[in-house]
Amino acid sequence: MAVAEPQQRPDLREPAGWRRTSNRIATALMVVAFVLVIIPLGFVLYTVIARGASIISWSFLTGGPIPPNVLPAGVGGMGPAVLGTIEITALATVISVPLGVLGAVYINEYGGKGLLARLIGFMADVMTGVPSIVMGLFIFSIWVLHFGYSGLAGAFALGCLMLPIVIRSSDEMLKLVPDPLREASYALGATKARVTLTVVLPAAIGGIVSGALLAVARAAGETAPLLFTILTVTAANRNVFSGANTALSTQIFANASQPFVGAQARAWGAALTLIAIAFILMIAARTVTARFTRYSR
Amino acid sequence: MSTVPRADQAGPAGSASALSQRRPLGDRGFQVLALASGLLVLVILLLIAVSTSQQASSWFSTEGLKIFANNWNPAANQFGALAFIFGTAITAVIAIIIAVPLSVGIALLLTEVVPYRWSRPIVYVIDLLAVVPSVVWGLWGILVFAPWIQHIYASIASGVNGVPVLGSLFGPPTSGASFFTAGIILAFMITPIVTSLSREVIATVPAIDKEGAYALGATRLEMIRGAVWPHSQGGVVGAVLLGLGRAMGETIAAALVIGSSATITPHLFATGYNMPSVIANQFGEASGVFRAGLIGIGVLLFVITIIINIIARGIVERSARRKRGA
Repeated sequence: MAVAEPQQRPDLREPAGWRRTSNRIATALMVVAFVLVIIPLGFVLYTVIARGASIISWSFLTGGPIPPNVLPAGVGGMGPAVLGTIEITALATVISVPLGVLGAVYINEYGGKGLLARLIGFMADVMTGVPSIVMGLFIFSIWVLHFGYSGLAGAFALGCLMLPIVIRSSDEMLKLVPDPLREASYALGATKARVTLTVVLPAAIGGIVSGALLAVARAAGETAPLLFTILTVTAANRNVFSGANTALSTQIFANASQPFVGAQARAWGAALTLIAIAFILMIAARTVTARFTRYSR
Repeated sequence: MSTVPRADQAGPAGSASALSQRRPLGDRGFQVLALASGLLVLVILLLIAVSTSQQASSWFSTEGLKIFANNWNPAANQFGALAFIFGTAITAVIAIIIAVPLSVGIALLLTEVVPYRWSRPIVYVIDLLAVVPSVVWGLWGILVFAPWIQHIYASIASGVNGVPVLGSLFGPPTSGASFFTAGIILAFMITPIVTSLSREVIATVPAIDKEGAYALGATRLEMIRGAVWPHSQGGVVGAVLLGLGRAMGETIAAALVIGSSATITPHLFATGYNMPSVIANQFGEASGVFRAGLIGIGVLLFVITIIINIIARGIVERSARRKRGA
């Protein structure tokens, strides 16, 4: 990358003419690509903050029930949706993160280069590409049809989305743990389970937590898997295990295409809340990475 | 938990079996737990295929090959899904055409142009793009972006009016919501993943190749063409395919900005439907064959995206491995 400074008579400077021009055009185009991508991002963030901030208040975040579309902004609140998003996402995390980490432990500690471990790793990659709406239909087919709509069903659907992400990020982190650590523990006579639980996982915990937080951030914003699993209602439901529930994302979806000013205002407020939750999780992930990363590439 | 194998038993041949027999229950239990969690991925993928096709079976059996007809009309009990397949293909292609140059440009910017301390914040910003939820893109798309871009559509349409091919592709818009709007929004949504995968692939190009090209007097563009591109071509194709899979499956943003009408038309500014958005919008009121049909569209979507993902991951993995080995 470093081009040597001209030191002698022969002209080593950037070639003149078309070659220089085309090189500059190419560099400019790369910068333009970046600018073209941050413009809509900035525009989205600006709009959400500008339109959402005016409606957000303590009573908007905690009050309820969610009013009908026709009512103006300022009546009722999104409290039930905030509660639903938090409880469903938390439950999904509790279900999928331990399973995902264990799956990564299998791929990395037990499977090694074996066919099965490679297959699982590969299919986890493939599973990250399964459309989120298919996860919703899947949980609808195997759970909702038999046990009805509930926050638990939504958590299953979100968990299915998070599982491969957690497996993949944890796997990456476990790969970074140096082998001598494992060997030293084996040399002391520890069993594999003990080595994994007390040496390998603690060594990789920073990366694992930050990967899990990023997966949670993605899941918290998902709408499609929840549409057919929690059945968006307007009243708060504290019981995540039974009964229809609601979430910020599905409320935004329900309100977005309404012609009523109040509904749209509530959608913007909910969007700002949702983005704030996602960004807080993402910043937390960065902080954890920065603070606890012991081994990195 | 601490059975130390006796030294006299640890002969080279018998050691493995002797040790494994002595492994305490907790240790073996943990291994089984880990294996079960790993297998869960395969089990879930299998269950998705089985359970959704089961729920969709009445659609497949009553419609037969007519599932690929162009006649989605639940009121008349007609459930041909061709219009949605068409819409999915066209929006995904528009998204790819927009997203790939942007993503590859940013990936090259990150790997070949800016110094390391600048690349971190740029990656951070691109990641922010991925954290914005789909439904927020949709909300912004339908309430802000679509009304704005409708004017641009209108002026493009009047500009190309009467021109043979362009005239039918870019006709006057009925509203801001259209195939093209959905394609643009999807492009922004898949840019982060295509960028990060392309960057990963491009980063595997050996430094010695690049330095060699520079030493021969190549400009940066010539170095990219001669050293970076031949190495990373395959991997970037894989990244693009993955982006295509994402664009096809992205639901909520498309559902809000695509305009919701089952039509097949070459007219890109027309309102349409794609596979995920019809499921999201119509599932609530569906029952019987109607619901089976919507789940069946989900099955088709699952099969298509799985195939694309398997091919794409295969390509990415192979090119990454080849580079590491080389």
